[in-house]
Amino acid sequence: MIDSSLKQLSAALAGKQVSAAELATVFLERIERLNPTINAFVTIDRDRTLAQARAADERRAQGERAPLLGVPLAHKDIFCTEGWLTTCGSKMLANFVSPYDAHVVSRFKAAGAVMLGKLNMDEFAMGSSNETSHFGPVKNPWDLDRVPGGSSGGSAASVAARLTPAATGTDTGGSIRQPAALCGLTGLKPTYGVCSRFGMIAFASSLDQAGPMTRSAEDSALMLNAMAGYDERDSTSLQRPPEDYGRDLDKPLAGLRIGLPREFFGSGMDDDVRAAVEAALNEYRKLGATTVEVGLPNSGLSVPAYYVIAPAEASSNLSRFDGVRYGHRAAEYGDLVEMYCKSRAEGFGAEVKRRILIGTYVLSHGYYDAYYLKAQKIRRLIATDFQRAFEQCDVIMGPTAPSVAFRFGEKSADPVQMYLSDIYTIAVNLAGLPGMSIPCGFGAHGMPVGLQVIGPWFGEAKMLNVAHQYQQGTDWHARMPEGVK
Amino acid sequence: MSREAQWEVVIGLETHAQLQTRSKIFSGAATAFGAEPNRQACAVDIALPGVLPVLNREAVVCAIKFGLAVGAQIAPRSIFARKNYFYPDLPKGYQISQYEIPVVLGGGVAIKVSPDGTPREKIVRLTRAHLEEDAGKSLHEDFHGKTGIDLNRAGTPLLEIVTEPDMSSSAEAVAYAKALHSLVTWIGICDGNMQEGSFRCDANVSVRRPGEPLGTRREIKNLNSFRFLQQAIDYEIQWQINEIEEGRKIQQATVLFNPDTGETRAMRSKEDAHDYRYFPDPDLLPLEITPAWIDEVKSGLPELPGAMRARFERDFGLNAYDAEVLTDELAKARYFETAVAGAGAANAKLCANWVMGEIASRLNAEQREFAQLPVSAAQLAGVVARIADGTISNKMAREVFDALWNGEAADADTVIAARGLKQVSDASAIEPIIEEVLAANPKSVEEFRAGKEKAFNALVGQIMKTTKGKANPQQVNDLLRRKLGA
Repeated sequence: MIDSSLKQLSAALAGKQVSAAELATVFLERIERLNPTINAFVTIDRDRTLAQARAADERRAQGERAPLLGVPLAHKDIFCTEGWLTTCGSKMLANFVSPYDAHVVSRFKAAGAVMLGKLNMDEFAMGSSNETSHFGPVKNPWDLDRVPGGSSGGSAASVAARLTPAATGTDTGGSIRQPAALCGLTGLKPTYGVCSRFGMIAFASSLDQAGPMTRSAEDSALMLNAMAGYDERDSTSLQRPPEDYGRDLDKPLAGLRIGLPREFFGSGMDDDVRAAVEAALNEYRKLGATTVEVGLPNSGLSVPAYYVIAPAEASSNLSRFDGVRYGHRAAEYGDLVEMYCKSRAEGFGAEVKRRILIGTYVLSHGYYDAYYLKAQKIRRLIATDFQRAFEQCDVIMGPTAPSVAFRFGEKSADPVQMYLSDIYTIAVNLAGLPGMSIPCGFGAHGMPVGLQVIGPWFGEAKMLNVAHQYQQGTDWHARMPEGVK
Repeated sequence: MSREAQWEVVIGLETHAQLQTRSKIFSGAATAFGAEPNRQACAVDIALPGVLPVLNREAVVCAIKFGLAVGAQIAPRSIFARKNYFYPDLPKGYQISQYEIPVVLGGGVAIKVSPDGTPREKIVRLTRAHLEEDAGKSLHEDFHGKTGIDLNRAGTPLLEIVTEPDMSSSAEAVAYAKALHSLVTWIGICDGNMQEGSFRCDANVSVRRPGEPLGTRREIKNLNSFRFLQQAIDYEIQWQINEIEEGRKIQQATVLFNPDTGETRAMRSKEDAHDYRYFPDPDLLPLEITPAWIDEVKSGLPELPGAMRARFERDFGLNAYDAEVLTDELAKARYFETAVAGAGAANAKLCANWVMGEIASRLNAEQREFAQLPVSAAQLAGVVARIADGTISNKMAREVFDALWNGEAADADTVIAARGLKQVSDASAIEPIIEEVLAANPKSVEEFRAGKEKAFNALVGQIMKTTKGKANPQQVNDLLRRKLGA
């Protein structure tokens, strides 16, 4: 049961082979047993979860049929969940109980999904290793000495460890795709605007996007069908007719044109990653695809541009955490300024402070044009690069991350090394494109390697098709870490 | 040369007009004034984690109306920006405003000035007007050693209207502020309530010797009455002149006006030293306004006061003063026009006299607004028509109006009939009464013949008394003079 796909669970529930309450109990017991080691969940609430499961069973008894009715899943703790702690991995919000549901959460509720709990993450989604969480790092189920990636590390580890069949994540510069790669999962960051950001605690508003983290592409399609959709409460949400993201899963890939950006295949990637990615490309050629070299000449500027734009937006987005209305407030202070300074000094961790400082600096009077404005121009160039590349190909492929999961502490002392973990993923956010990571083998130390698939705007159905067809012929995505069997 | 004549004063105004929308500019919470603290603040207004702003279309319509009314350019694409600073009544830690590209550019407001005693029109040029959200309120009085925060006002839509430095005295600044106030209430985008803070001004003031470059300005914040605006500017001008004459330099500063002392005081530089780190708000799309939208708003805009003034002079033969007084408020102008429509254009002046005289003084005495007038324009037209056709005298008309004010009847004719107020204009009915009064008052007749005009009035009074005021006074006058051979 714990190794079943969403589709199988959905069928089992429909066929009354199992009830939602039984299913939730199975996973809750597993969470209680394994989470103390993996630390993927920051909040579980057995009673509430079981109440949701019983409600789903009741809905089914009333004749309701929906693919996710009674299916258990878990949300990254960046999504506001009514009546549940919503901490965003920070001491600042360690006591914050949300009075409302994020749009994505309410969509799953309406679909009848059962929430198993809230998932650990890098503080305010700032990190690539889950080491910045106030609630301690998440362990990679493939090797407990290694990071699960970040910022959606709890989401990735929980799905890899079969603590939940699927999870939500968010991706600002790679936070779905990089942990998916490091934990051997399928993760999809949709086109910017496909999923409403309402109720998703903002890191960098123009880049943040929610997406599914599952074991298979087929499950990601099911998840995205529930998550996507216009929301009038988010002005950047796109008004488009609803679509079935799984509609093209079974299409053959003959004639598929895969673009390989020469900039993604240079010296930045480790040999083991390169070998796995090359092997995957060969698999695609066998499936009838052709590959073509494309250029993304400005992609080298994506990390510096990102580390101007994202911190700039973050420095402003995080200003609301001032200790006045909710969240952490220092116990003692002499005046208003001291209340602000102490509350924020105590409530935020080092990485968050670093980014607030960078963001404040680049927006300062006299620096705005040199940094923020220039970064926005680079952003436009990067998007244009992709548009040109997509004139030659249907999807772009390359590595998701330059290396397999690294050890705890290996990069945490050097922020620039850490930032380079997202070197292949960041450009996708800057251009607002959909990006995916799918498992494509194992590299050094037996750690998973991810293949990144990038599509044109609204290319999700195509990308899921491309991923699903690969997963029909390979079993990388179905492997389970030894330690959690 | 007087001291004042040696100095030129340069004033620019920034006015915050609260827009009359039902809900806030970026949330669905209500904007009504006076609710219990924090009862009109939703998740977006209190800036809970994860919430997002959505622009209120009504607020944009207000901005378009204003732009059209001042002859400005309406930007086809304008940008909302974040103005970042920390304050407890600013929940997000930034205010959403417009910075580089505002929604309204240019335009002007006409004022009457008379610097040398000769009145003339002057146009105060507008730099821009932009949409933004208001902050909440910090309540320092009610809590010992603590500050309360009321976020009901947070997110209330404002239009910030910025002028060029075109005013050269406090009188001009007040004239502009009044003209602007009248305009924004006229087009219905602001209720103009200054006590509740719906219309408040910041004044940028500097002085220089004629011919010299602009002096350093100081900005007086948050003036919420025309009187304070005048007092604050006057004080500030004198203060700046004194400083310079005593050899000190003016430092650019933000100052507050204390109505109790009548003085301005600079805020501590710490309160003033902000780097707002403006940048485009990534949560909001650029505001795009199509020509079709502007046309749609234009078709719903009332005739503007200037145009209406000219029309009143042209069509109704009113003088400039009357036309101006009648058009200082839309409700008054509309009332007047409706009354004229009922009473006939020939009686426009009579209608104007009633609106500006009797009605204005009664409203003033009862502290009521035009909108709350108990006598409808149609009812007034009925009264005026009966004066014009000689049915009632002016004195009777006031009695009729009084009855209508108190709701005693639906129209003037009903009151006239019920009270028997019909004026007697029939000579054959009046003449016997005159004979009778002359016979009874030989002394007065004698005095009149001896040249005492007062005696004539006494006779008229007697005749009116005998007719219980119903005789047409003009006719009584004429007949009496004829009888006395005068």
